[in-house]
Amino acid sequence: MEFLAPTSWDEALAVKAEHPEAEVIAGGTDVMVDLNFDRRRPAMLVDLTRIADLATWQIDGSVLTIGAGVTYARIIDELSTLAPGLAIASRTVGSPQIRNRGTIGGNLGSASPAGDAHPPLLATKATVEVASARGSRSVPVEKFFTGAKRHVLAPDELIAAVTVPVAAGPQQFAKVGTRNAMVIAVTSFALALDPHAHAVGTGIGSAAPTPIRAEEAERVLAGELAAADQWEHRRPLDDHLVDHFARLSAEAAAPIDDVRGTAAYRRHALAVLARRTLSWAWSEYQRN
Amino acid sequence: MQLQFTVNERPCHVDDVWEGESLLFVLRERVGLWGSKNACEQGECGSCTVLLDGAAVCSCLVAAGQVDGRHVVTVEGLGDRSDLHPVQQAFVDAGAVQCGFCTPGLVVATADLLRRNPSPSDAEIREALAGNLCRCTGYAQILDAVRLAAAVAR
Ligand SMILES: Cc1cc2nc3c(=O)[nH]c(=O)nc-3n(C[C@H](O)[C@H](O)[C@H](O)COP(=O)(O)OP(=O)(O)OC[C@H]3O[C@@H](n4cnc5c(N)ncnc54)[C@H](O)[C@@H]3O)c2cc1C
Ligand code: FES
Ligand code: FES
Repeated sequence: MEFLAPTSWDEALAVKAEHPEAEVIAGGTDVMVDLNFDRRRPAMLVDLTRIADLATWQIDGSVLTIGAGVTYARIIDELSTLAPGLAIASRTVGSPQIRNRGTIGGNLGSASPAGDAHPPLLATKATVEVASARGSRSVPVEKFFTGAKRHVLAPDELIAAVTVPVAAGPQQFAKVGTRNAMVIAVTSFALALDPHAHAVGTGIGSAAPTPIRAEEAERVLAGELAAADQWEHRRPLDDHLVDHFARLSAEAAAPIDDVRGTAAYRRHALAVLARRTLSWAWSEYQRN
Repeated sequence: MQLQFTVNERPCHVDDVWEGESLLFVLRERVGLWGSKNACEQGECGSCTVLLDGAAVCSCLVAAGQVDGRHVVTVEGLGDRSDLHPVQQAFVDAGAVQCGFCTPGLVVATADLLRRNPSPSDAEIREALAGNLCRCTGYAQILDAVRLAAAVAR
């Protein structure tokens, strides 16, 4: 096996162009498990942790760009006001040891339906910035996942960053698992309210082959909030509306029975999570 | 491949490292530091916890080449038999060690916690040690040990 550690992004892209079969490694929290268990034996390993730029984030106007190499620990410490949903989700990832190493780029690269960064990225309509020696392109996160553990990246492409709008309102994330730590989500739900755009965003994890949005739930909630002038008045939400939102969120999923839970349980749990996250987010909106 | 890095403040040079092996393997099999334990090799148990450039990580999930030029602190670097680290002493005093397999990882994770947060609440202790499994103690004495170490440091 060859091991390369490029120190610049251009160098990394050049390596990928020449060796598209090379496996890149960031935090290693997915790659090393596979190497340790002999499930992957790439001919070449390309370490991305020496590329300083990849582990930075910046704000340009109302757009937050988070480098692929930014870890969960840093998202929690540094981005909890700019990207609160993503920060809440990051707190639920693994353990401190995993959060110190695991990156947002690696979560996208693995493209697990249970990846905890994915629902908040969907809820905030994030864009994945993809690059290769041939050029770069922006992929809406919704279009990024093509199946369980599959994504749109060509063999020579790498994830440079994700961009999200700086949070304009409350964001929430909740996940169900067997323990309060160190769990792969049985199912998860993210919500983002945007009082400026009068928009509602959602993301569902672990309840379909890919992470998905609950589009009908978003549309109905946004419509009802606008119709009742609720963005202005901030009155308590009607129980029927909350129930309806929860039901539509659960219906958006296409869950399966597996070792972590049954489809029926996942659907039930999703309705609960949708109701909770909406209640939390709305209370926060009423307070501010 | 060759590796040059710092372990417990001493420069360390190792040859003939296989590119796909983990920092844990390098430490145990090539450097002879057996404190870090290998139980799961998948990040679940925390018994391989070390500090990499000051951050607690599972050494089983760090590729050998990723530590070239970096600083690693293992449980051996915290203290030794003649001069125990306060966290090690607290684990002894609180009876937090049975078979001892989880202890090195817990000691490193606890030292890391107390450096960041000298007076952690019980919830913060549980959260900080969520990635370290112990199959013997039932955790009660481990929590006692962390509280004791925090109290002694104050
Ligand atoms: C004990 C344990 C607990 C975990 N708990 C959770 C959890 O609660 N929630 C969760 O979502 N995940 C969890 N994970 C999975 C893992 O930590 C995350 O998916 C993490 O985000 C992976 O990031 P990484 O930097 O470690 O990726 P790596 O392992 O380095 O890479 C993962 C994949 O992404 C590719 N890749 C990495 N960076 C790029 C890039 N810039 N461009 C293109 N491809 C790239 C790699 O080639 C590889 O295929 C857990 C893992 C472990 C071992
Ligand atoms: S051996 Fe590394 S976490 Fe278990
Ligand atoms: S003392 Fe035996 S595993 Fe913890």
